[in-house]
This record gives sequence, structure tokens and C-alpha cells, in this order.
Amino acid sequence: MSDSQRVDARNSFCPGPLMELIAAMKLAKVGDELEVLSTDKGSAHDIPEWIAKVGHELLGTREEDGVYYIQVRKSK
Amino acid sequence: MKKIVIVGGGTGGTILANNLARRLATELASNQVRITMLSATDKHMYQPGLLYVAFGRMAAEDLYQDQRSLLEPGITFHVDPVKTFDLEHNRVETQAGVSHAYDYLVICTGSRPNPESVPGLAEHANHVYTLEAAQKTFAALQQFKGGRVAIVTGVPHKCPMVPLELTFMMHDYFKDRAMLDQVEFYYTYPIGRLHSLENVGKWAQREFDKLGINYETLFNAKEVDGAKQQVHSEEGSVLDYDLLITVPPHNGMSVILENELGAGGWIPTDPATLQMQGTENVFVLGDTTNIPISKAGSTAHYEAETLGENLSTLVRQGTMVRAYEGKVFCFIEAGKDRATYASFDYLHPPQPQSPTQMIHWFKLAYNKLYWNSVRGLL
Ligand SMILES: Cc1cc2nc3c(=O)[nH]c(=O)nc-3n(C[C@H](O)[C@H](O)[C@H](O)COP(=O)(O)OP(=O)(O)OC[C@H]3O[C@@H](n4cnc5c(N)ncnc54)[C@H](O)[C@@H]3O)c2cc1C
Repeated sequence: MSDSQRVDARNSFCPGPLMELIAAMKLAKVGDELEVLSTDKGSAHDIPEWIAKVGHELLGTREEDGVYYIQVRKSK
Repeated sequence: MKKIVIVGGGTGGTILANNLARRLATELASNQVRITMLSATDKHMYQPGLLYVAFGRMAAEDLYQDQRSLLEPGITFHVDPVKTFDLEHNRVETQAGVSHAYDYLVICTGSRPNPESVPGLAEHANHVYTLEAAQKTFAALQQFKGGRVAIVTGVPHKCPMVPLELTFMMHDYFKDRAMLDQVEFYYTYPIGRLHSLENVGKWAQREFDKLGINYETLFNAKEVDGAKQQVHSEEGSVLDYDLLITVPPHNGMSVILENELGAGGWIPTDPATLQMQGTENVFVLGDTTNIPISKAGSTAHYEAETLGENLSTLVRQGTMVRAYEGKVFCFIEAGKDRATYASFDYLHPPQPQSPTQMIHWFKLAYNKLYWNSVRGLL
């Protein structure tokens, strides 16, 4: 995964990880994979909820040392 | 001689230039250092004033001061926007064709509203992000006969408090005109709460419930159908409106895109040193960075103070001494006569207080004090 597709939203209260992902999704192409890094526990729930609602694809989530890694694919 | 070139004469660039000119006064006087600012206009706009223009509470002429008058005398200032960034050879070239070599380059060209990126939004929605748009919004509010006012927020956007402030201020505007029984407010927000800051979102929800303001979260506009007066969201919902107000999505300036410095016009920037990633002597400030932080004047202000100190020690001792810790301070207008604020950094979330009239007066005072602040006198 190239650097440009990594959305590093660690320590971001405002705009926060989901808003960063929405912005990055607008710049991505259909089929691109993005990985969000977040230190906000809420985003482990918020991001999959938004992905499901819009109809993108959730590829996986994991937590390591307090950092959440959430992988998604832009589907439309 | 060490040459510092600052591209952009807005909030961040002006604070930085003045900060540096004071710190390096001796070196400037003895020609060991030159500070050059290249900007796109000779007028400096106090952008937060646009919010008040939209309610007829500030006039266009209250927003501007002459940029040169805000700068310390030792700073060289040219109204000649940069066209080409040649980072490999430490040079920038301007629209007039002048080439400026630098030892240290600072890019702070800001951001621009881009309602055109959502079909129908530019044609059918009102906003407050340019003088013309704010004046048009004021006219639309004055002419509004009642119905549903929908507030739609794009991502990313400049100043995270504007969606809430616009809503609260419109509420009080129609209250003063005894029209509240004819107006329904429908606030939408891109993520799963009413504001990106969790505590601010909770506070806003309590206020909205009290005032009878309706809301929908996880709402990202996909297109506006002006004929039917409807907004379709990415999430599949359809929103009817009578008056559409938007906080439009933003992009970085096109010069950043054309020079391929960063996707969307946002330059990849180290959150602590403010160096453009992959460079040693190029720094980025304010809205232009891709740091996941609020695009706000106060962000640009705190970043500029950190960078002023670091650039002056780089010039003198060849080293930086401070990290930017993500400090942001934002007032939040909670109506026409009360306000609160949010103060936070990379590690500490804000704890908003209940709005008071006193904080609103501070904000009104700041609308004037801004000019001292960019001069570096605050
Ligand atoms: C309605 C509204 C309300 C706001 N309210 C608040 C608030 O309450 N609190 C807060 O903190 N912030 C607020 N802001 C946000 C704040 O104004 C911006 O975040 C801030 O001005 C960003 O500073 P900057 O230096 O990054 O960019 P700017 O101040 O926008 O400056 C950019 C500069 O770059 C110049 N430029 C552009 N292109 C070129 C080029 N090619 N070459 C050279 N120069 C160039 C421009 O002429 C300009 O001088 C508000 C903004 C708006 C619009």
C-alpha cells in the first residue's frame, strides 16, 4: 500500500479520523485501498458504520499498541 | 546572506513574518538575513468577519486592511503570486516571471471553498466563504419567507465551528424577526455526531434539543436537485429544503496541485516540525498542510509562533528548538449574544463550557484585536 493511501489520523480530535477518511475517499479512485490510523477508540465503530452505510468495503480492522488500523476499499 | 521566502500573506504568513522580523532584527539590519513575502493580494482579509457579514452585522470595509501596513518594516513584500515551486533548486518563480532563491521556504497559501465539487451545490446553496457569497446569504436570509432551512457541510472545510455558528446565528436571526414558528432548522453533519469534537457535539445536541433544531448525522451531500429543492446524500437519504445553506468542501490552492506538491492541494507536512515531508528546508503553515487538524486561524497562529522560533534558531544555530504540539483555540458563537470556546491540542480534547455573554464580548473584541494579533502585538 503506497503512502498516499495511508490516512494518518492519530491524535486528531478535530476533524478526526472519519472526517479525514471521507476527505481522502473523495480524492481516491474506485478500487483504491485506504488504511486509516487512529488513536480514537470511537473510530473503530464509526468508520465501519459509515463504510456500510455508503456501500464501500471494509477490508479489516486491528488494534496494536493503542492504534487502530482500519482498511477500506472505495467501491463507488 | 540567509534568504527566507514566505509564500502567502494571510494569517499564518503575516504572523510568521513579523515574528521572524522581531527575532532576527539584528541580522535583518546587518543584511545577514532577508525575509521576502510573496502574496496574491495587497489587501488582508479578516475572514471570520464574513460570518457577521452574512447577518448584516459587519460591512465589507470592516474586513480589510492594507497588507503592507501589517508588516514590520524590514520585510520585503511583493504582490506577485508564486506560479512555480522548484524545490530541487531552492527557487520559486512568480506570475510576473521573477525568480526568488531561498535558503528556507515557507508555504502558507491557505485553502479555497470548492462547492463546485458537488453537482448543484454552487448554484443552489448559500455560503459565507467569500465576500460575495456572504452578502448573497444575507440577502437570502432577508428575503426568506419561511419553510425549512437545511444546513449541509462538506469535507474538508475551513473553520470547524462555522456549521454550528451559522445554525445558532440563523436561529437568533429569525427569532428576532418573530419568524421562529415559520422556520424549521435541519442541521446535517458528515460524521456520526453533531460536531467532530465529541464534547462540542454533545453540548450542541443539548442546545439543539432545547431550541427545537432538527438534525441528521452521517450526511454527505452527493448532489443538489435545484428544481425539486432536494439534497441527495452519499448515504442514500433525500433532504427537502426551502433555503439551503452550506459549509462547502474545500481544497488547497490550485498552485499546489499544479506543482504536484500534494493531493487535493494539501501538502504532506510533519505534524511536529511543520517541514514538508521529504524536505529539510521547506515548511508549511495553516490551512495548506495535510495535518489532521482544524483548518483555523488559531492553528495557523500557533504554528507560526513555533516556526518563528525554530527558523530563527535554524538561522543562528543551525537547529530547531520546539515542536508544534497541535494547539488550537476556537471561539464558538452560540447565538447573537452568547458564545463559548474550544481549546485543545494533539493530546488533550477540549471541555467546552456553557455559553456566556462575556465570551461573546471577547469574540467581538477579538474581531478588532485580530489586526494586533497578526502584527505580533498580542
Ligand atoms: C467564514 C469564516 C469564519 C472563520 N472563523 C474562524 C474563527 O472563528 N477562528 C479561527 O481560528 N479561524 C476562522 N476561520 C479560518 C481562518 O480564517 C483560516 O483558517 C486562516 O485564515 C488560515 O490561514 P492561512 O495563513 O493558512 O491562509 P489564509 O489566511 O487564507 O492566507 C492565504 C494567503 O495566501 C495567498 N496566496 C494564495 N495563493 C498564492 C500564491 N500562488 N502565491 C502567493 N500567495 C498566495 C493569499 O493571497 C493569502 O494572503 C474562518 C474562516 C472563514 C472563511
